[in-house]
Amino acid sequence: MKKDKYAFWKSSVVQSILASLLCIIIGLLIGYIVLLFINPSGAWGGITTILKNFFTYPSHQASLKYFGSTLVKTAPLLMCALSIQFSYKVGLFNIGAAGQYVAGAGACLFAALAWHWPWYACLLLAMLAGAIFGALSGFLKAYCNVNEVISGIMLNWIGLYAVNMLLTNVKESASPYTQNVASFNSSALMPTLGLDKLFSSNKYVTIAVPLSILIAILIWVILSKTKLGYELRATGFNKDAARYCGMKEKKNIILTLIIGGALAGIGAAFLYLSGYEQWECTQSSVPAMGFNGIAATFLGGLDPIGTIFSSYFIQHITSGGAYLDKTMYSSQISDLISSIIIYLCGFVLFFKYYMTNRINRREERAQAKAKAAAENVSDSQEGGEQ
Amino acid sequence: MILLMQYTLIFASVLILVALGGCFSEHSGVINLGLEGIMVMGSLGGALAMKYMPAGSSRFAMILVVVLSAIAVGMLYASLLAVACINFKADQTLVGTALNLLGTAAATVIVKAINSAENPDNVSATIQYVNAKKAFLVNIGSFEFNWFMLMALIALIIAYVTLYKTRFGLRLMACGEHPQAADSVGINVYKMRWAGVLISGLLGGLGGIVYITAGVSEWKFETGAAGFGFLALAVMIFGQWKPWRIALAALLFGLFRALSNVYAGFDFLVALNIPGSVYNMLPYIISLLVLAFTSKNSRAPKAEGIPYDKGSR
Repeated sequence: MKKDKYAFWKSSVVQSILASLLCIIIGLLIGYIVLLFINPSGAWGGITTILKNFFTYPSHQASLKYFGSTLVKTAPLLMCALSIQFSYKVGLFNIGAAGQYVAGAGACLFAALAWHWPWYACLLLAMLAGAIFGALSGFLKAYCNVNEVISGIMLNWIGLYAVNMLLTNVKESASPYTQNVASFNSSALMPTLGLDKLFSSNKYVTIAVPLSILIAILIWVILSKTKLGYELRATGFNKDAARYCGMKEKKNIILTLIIGGALAGIGAAFLYLSGYEQWECTQSSVPAMGFNGIAATFLGGLDPIGTIFSSYFIQHITSGGAYLDKTMYSSQISDLISSIIIYLCGFVLFFKYYMTNRINRREERAQAKAKAAAENVSDSQEGGEQ
Repeated sequence: MILLMQYTLIFASVLILVALGGCFSEHSGVINLGLEGIMVMGSLGGALAMKYMPAGSSRFAMILVVVLSAIAVGMLYASLLAVACINFKADQTLVGTALNLLGTAAATVIVKAINSAENPDNVSATIQYVNAKKAFLVNIGSFEFNWFMLMALIALIIAYVTLYKTRFGLRLMACGEHPQAADSVGINVYKMRWAGVLISGLLGGLGGIVYITAGVSEWKFETGAAGFGFLALAVMIFGQWKPWRIALAALLFGLFRALSNVYAGFDFLVALNIPGSVYNMLPYIISLLVLAFTSKNSRAPKAEGIPYDKGSR
């Protein structure tokens, strides 16, 4: 009975959720303080605008529609988060997810616009392109001992410039943006299967949204229920021990980054094949999607199911930032909040350690007290006998 | 040709400063992936100093104030990494990445707030410093000498002497190789690691201000440092964590970076008709190739990346 008292607080899931909530609250608080510094009069309105996102619209129809738009962007974010998470479980920090995402975007848009491929072929090509980028990092890590973070960053920039160059071939002549997929090759758009009707005919809501959730569950199954997942996690935990047990640690490293890259590539296809966005061929910074994925994955407690919710949250505040009053605040406040959340996630381990420690100490004290009380009782009983 | 040399030297100065910063941090046992963010914050500190220094201030005062404010902001920002990674034993990769993202986001928000407070129509994240920048330049013939080049050279010499010839430097390196052994002879590992990270903040912040004044007279803070902090890490690895080799590596990388700025001035390069994007990619491709061939026998400090825990065995 005594054990049950603390079992709830001791459980790793509860601690993770508490830690994530704490990160969110502190992150929002710091964001609020920054808003206060910039312009105190609108700070409260600003932070509620970010949190409200689509609820800003008074009509139910409109807010439902923009809820759909947030979901459309959540799907690629979730894929990037899963890509980083999958690699992190194997002890690899896949910051190259951003570049793999860029590669996927380049591949699917080029296939859709230049070769007029149907959507599923574009999706597969995007997956392949991401996987190739991931494989490069993995190969360099396994055979040349190059830190995957550094090779990932280099590939991010190489990917960005290469994709800009590639997609310049299929851009609109008057603007730096690529051709509109919807009007140029509508067979490359992912089917909606009636999902758009659920969100006041938001035509961008496609099967990408449910697919991304399915993939998250699939990743959870692979990591925790299969032999492959076990091997990969064992490699991440201790490379040498895994090798000693006969696992091919080099193959596992490369395979992990291939899967991670494929996930990020699919993420890009999920966004660009919905027609929601066009690629800007002159952009000079790597899209934030891959980096926000880091926030989502750590906020989700490194658990695929938790990541579904945290991805939504990160995208929710990112989209909410767009509604800020531009004369007072910049929309980058949302980026600021999510990067603070990533920073705070670094403390999660310490938080859990501290919490378990506190509980243990309290338990010990309770036990000591009970023991002392029992001794007292027996003492007095002895006294009574005399 | 002189232009190419000038750009090579200034970019090499940036890389030397930042890579030496990484070198100090890693020798103390902390991987500083946040150098990029530190560069951005340092450059922000310097740029704001250039913006707010009165126009008539003397050259010396200008240089002093700009450098000191870049250094101060860089060190302050690096202490975020130190607190998390040394005292709270956080994952160094994660915190470094967070600092990179935070640096760009925070700098953008701050600059936009300043700009729109001055003029409500100005919502850009750009700071201009055309006139202030002149304080750093001396024209020797057609070669534009920049005081920062000298500073990088001095930093290089000081770094070498500090690391190999002083008690502090040798102790610092001991903490990165075998912290338990260092502790057993009475060295405070936590203090040494703090020192390493703060020095990397100092050099990273200084490198940041050099980077944004190299070649341009205004900076759009949304771009951050365009991966330069990571190029510096590649330089550090290629230089095998040794100051003089880092300097040579920095010159090589600086050359490729400079090419993307001045390739239009060379007839034979223009004749090849390679798109500008390729030159932009070049430094990153070269660094990947170089890393692929040099990382195998890496001489990285042995205990880097592992939080020091007094109680562990």
